Amino acid sequence: MKKLLFSAAMIALSGVAQMTPAFADPVPADWPAVTAEARGQTVYWNAWGGSTTTNDFLAWVGARVSQQYGVTLEHVKLTDTADAVSRVLAEKSAGKDDGGAIDMIWINGANFAAMKQAGLLFGPFAEDLPNWGLVDVEGKTVQTDFTVPVEGFESPWAMAQVVFIHDTARLKAPLGSMNALLEWAKSNPGRFTFPQPPDFLGATFLKQALIDLLEDPSVLQSAAGDNYAEVTAPLWAFLEELTPNLWRQGRAYPQTGPRQFQLIVDGEVDLAISFSPGEASAAIANFQLPETARTFVLDKGTLGNASFVAIPYNSGAKAGAMVVANFLMSGEAQARAQDPSVLGYGTVLDMAKLTASERAVFDGLSLGVATLSPADLGQAQAEPHPSWMTRISADWVSRYGVTP
Amino acid sequence: MPAFGPVGVKRRLRFAWLPYLTLAAMLGPVLAGLAGTIAPAFGYLPAAGQSDWGLDAFRTLVEWPGFGRAAGVSVSTGFLATGLSLLIVVLITAGWQERAAFVVLQRLLSPLLAVPHAAAAFGLAFLIAPSGWLVRLVSPWATGWEQPPDVLIVQDAFGLALVAGLVAKEVPFLLLMTLSALPQVDGHRSAAVAGALGYGRVTGWIKAVFPRVYAQIRLPVYVVLAYSMSVVDVAVILGPNTPPTLSVQIVRWMNDPDIALRLQAAAAALVQCALVLGACGVWRLGESLGARLGHVWILRGGRGMCEGTLQAFGLIAGVLSALAVVLGLAGLAVWSLAGFWSYPDLLPDTLTWRSWIRHAPGLWDAARETLIVAFAATAVALVLTLGCLEAEHRFGLRLGPGGVFLLYVPLLVPQTAFLPGLQTLMLSAGFEVGRGPVILAHLVFVLPYVFLSLGDPFRAWDTRFGTIASALGAGPDRVLWAVRLPMLLASVLTAFAVGFAVSVGQYLPTLLVGGGRVATLTTEAVSLAAGGDRRAIGVFGLMQTVAAFVPFLIAVVVPPLVWRHKGGMRNG
Repeated sequence: MKKLLFSAAMIALSGVAQMTPAFADPVPADWPAVTAEARGQTVYWNAWGGSTTTNDFLAWVGARVSQQYGVTLEHVKLTDTADAVSRVLAEKSAGKDDGGAIDMIWINGANFAAMKQAGLLFGPFAEDLPNWGLVDVEGKTVQTDFTVPVEGFESPWAMAQVVFIHDTARLKAPLGSMNALLEWAKSNPGRFTFPQPPDFLGATFLKQALIDLLEDPSVLQSAAGDNYAEVTAPLWAFLEELTPNLWRQGRAYPQTGPRQFQLIVDGEVDLAISFSPGEASAAIANFQLPETARTFVLDKGTLGNASFVAIPYNSGAKAGAMVVANFLMSGEAQARAQDPSVLGYGTVLDMAKLTASERAVFDGLSLGVATLSPADLGQAQAEPHPSWMTRISADWVSRYGVTP
Repeated sequence: MPAFGPVGVKRRLRFAWLPYLTLAAMLGPVLAGLAGTIAPAFGYLPAAGQSDWGLDAFRTLVEWPGFGRAAGVSVSTGFLATGLSLLIVVLITAGWQERAAFVVLQRLLSPLLAVPHAAAAFGLAFLIAPSGWLVRLVSPWATGWEQPPDVLIVQDAFGLALVAGLVAKEVPFLLLMTLSALPQVDGHRSAAVAGALGYGRVTGWIKAVFPRVYAQIRLPVYVVLAYSMSVVDVAVILGPNTPPTLSVQIVRWMNDPDIALRLQAAAAALVQCALVLGACGVWRLGESLGARLGHVWILRGGRGMCEGTLQAFGLIAGVLSALAVVLGLAGLAVWSLAGFWSYPDLLPDTLTWRSWIRHAPGLWDAARETLIVAFAATAVALVLTLGCLEAEHRFGLRLGPGGVFLLYVPLLVPQTAFLPGLQTLMLSAGFEVGRGPVILAHLVFVLPYVFLSLGDPFRAWDTRFGTIASALGAGPDRVLWAVRLPMLLASVLTAFAVGFAVSVGQYLPTLLVGGGRVATLTTEAVSLAAGGDRRAIGVFGLMQTVAAFVPFLIAVVVPPLVWRHKGGMRNG
């Protein structure tokens, strides 16, 4: 990442003035002009394509914005969001400042921080979108992303929180802490694993473990510096003990989050990590998890954050992308995303700001058989500064990712 | 024969440049891509703010802790997969040729050539996993495994699952190559003589026929070696991950947001290229050593031992490798229809069309894209190939051994060595990503296969038909269109099917050159594989197989229909 920031800085130095919208860019505040310009545009939305439920939801969004705004939405299925960042960066260095391949990215965390810093994003636009008025700005962390100020360069569309999914047929009681997880793994070797870092969810497991192991995780709110080795020491000690008791003794890992579900159904593991409280219910409905699957959070709570969409500076369909971003924050789209049989994602909206009929749709949603109520989920823990995730991931790869 | 008037010159011009255009279409992207790889490997990548020539990228690469293992697994996978595939093909052909079992095996294996590598790999993964179909067949009633055993089979550190996946796909390829070489070496009579002299079937065939057959299938064997060492999609599905094979790691570095890592990726790509060249060199040494030892062995005159065992091994290995693919596809089919299905159940609780209905829209888009790209690339390849062959026929512009080697270049240079370079170059030149460049990139791989599969039947056509037609007043064009091509209909359709299947199976060229915007059945299937939703993988994997398979079906079904009134054409 340091290298990335370096190369990004090089480009920034050699490039033209940053953050100033090009002459022909649409003005987010002039919404009628934006929707007029958007009609007929094709928006290439680069989003992780490994989850069939998410893919279906994106396809539904495409159908709706085409119907309502005449915007064609194409889902470019990524295996890693970093691919999209890399593409925009490469386009910028090749001088392709207009009509780039990507119009919108599902993004947060380190990728957002890198793109924002390198001036690769269009904006600010998010707080000018009409549906921004419905967003729960007070109660939900939608204005900072992994401690980095958003400043309107990405617009939120889903809230996420870490939960653990367990098959109650084989692992009955929730595990209250990372230490409890370790003890359970020791007495049940081979029954737990996590997606292989640098996969996003795998890196999240490492962060969650560190937060839970630390007496005072607030140190993680500022960038990792000289204190890195000292602060992360408990994590590595924990992993030294955990890894030999992982599935396949840690010699292989599932490559993504949903792959863990298949392992549960295959009877190979009993526990999985997820970044979406409703994912387990949706997976049960899709035959991807047994009906005995349930979720839990740690006693001290779990990490939470928001998912955003951002628009690259060189997108050729910025107006169309803003229309899609705005639609994602609509009551209609948010209610569908929260439906446990569709996605089960948490909403970013403030119920008090919705009309009675919109509210009724949300109230009508059942929670889903394996989904915890907001009270049970509790207050989400704040994401550490992105530098922690980057360094921990890189360290994990050199410690465990290259030695079978 | 063409007249040497102005008209003849014009005609000549019309065809004569085709061989050069063909070579350019095939080699241009490879060479440009290699150039685009070499420069960053030695430190020159202005896009990343790097312009200091040097060996830093190689240094960082070697310091990467996974380097030794990643390179080692690539090399061992290549040798093991190639050696095993060749051995199995030799034993099958030697032991069973002209016996009923051989015909059955040939019928079983040939269609498997069309099965895309990725689909075969998915199927195999579900078959051999500790919670897979084979274990379920005997669990828990025979094994007592209420839970699947925690053993590493798929994605093992030594790449053995990867080798198995490659062997299952390469055996049909090498077998077909061997079958087409057999008539040219008069193997039947040699084997009969060897048999009369008291040699066992296997021993006699290996001593008397194999040396000549091998000379014919050498280049395909090298293709298998290079492919096995540098394959990406199969390695992602079946290969190790801690660390992955060098090719997979190259693709990961290429896709890293830190574009400085592209230097390292380029350096690794050159190392990959060197490894493949080195491995081909070692294989060549092995050939001469084998030839020398074989010579001694032949002169000793042994009539053969363990004949029965060798024959049995060949048959069993052949059947197993066919079954691995067939059962794997069956597994995909069942998953695509499965309701809830958990270990240790042999079959799902319920069957449902839900997965098909759910994926229908995306499936349709991907299938359309796949067909457009494959059709365009194969059609262009076919036109170029026919043009070259016709030019060869009319003007004697024959491909020498060097020319034949050139045909193999795109298949021998690892894809990971030149595709990333090609992507970087295209980007720097301001090319738009999309379908057009993807079709051109596919052409690079489709052309050699179309040429190789059409070349022999085209040349084997009896030119006396042409002479008769000319005598009846037909010009060379009319001879081509009205006599030669119709008579070669079956071969042309088969060559088309081969090219089509090659295009359908392309993963890396589609992904890198398409910039993610060209979604084919193969790229969708591999990206779904990461998600691990077996129902979706089943749907896309099956469709991928169908797409590759239909043209073969057409090649088999159409010619007899067209020739139903012309008895003389029915068997050839």
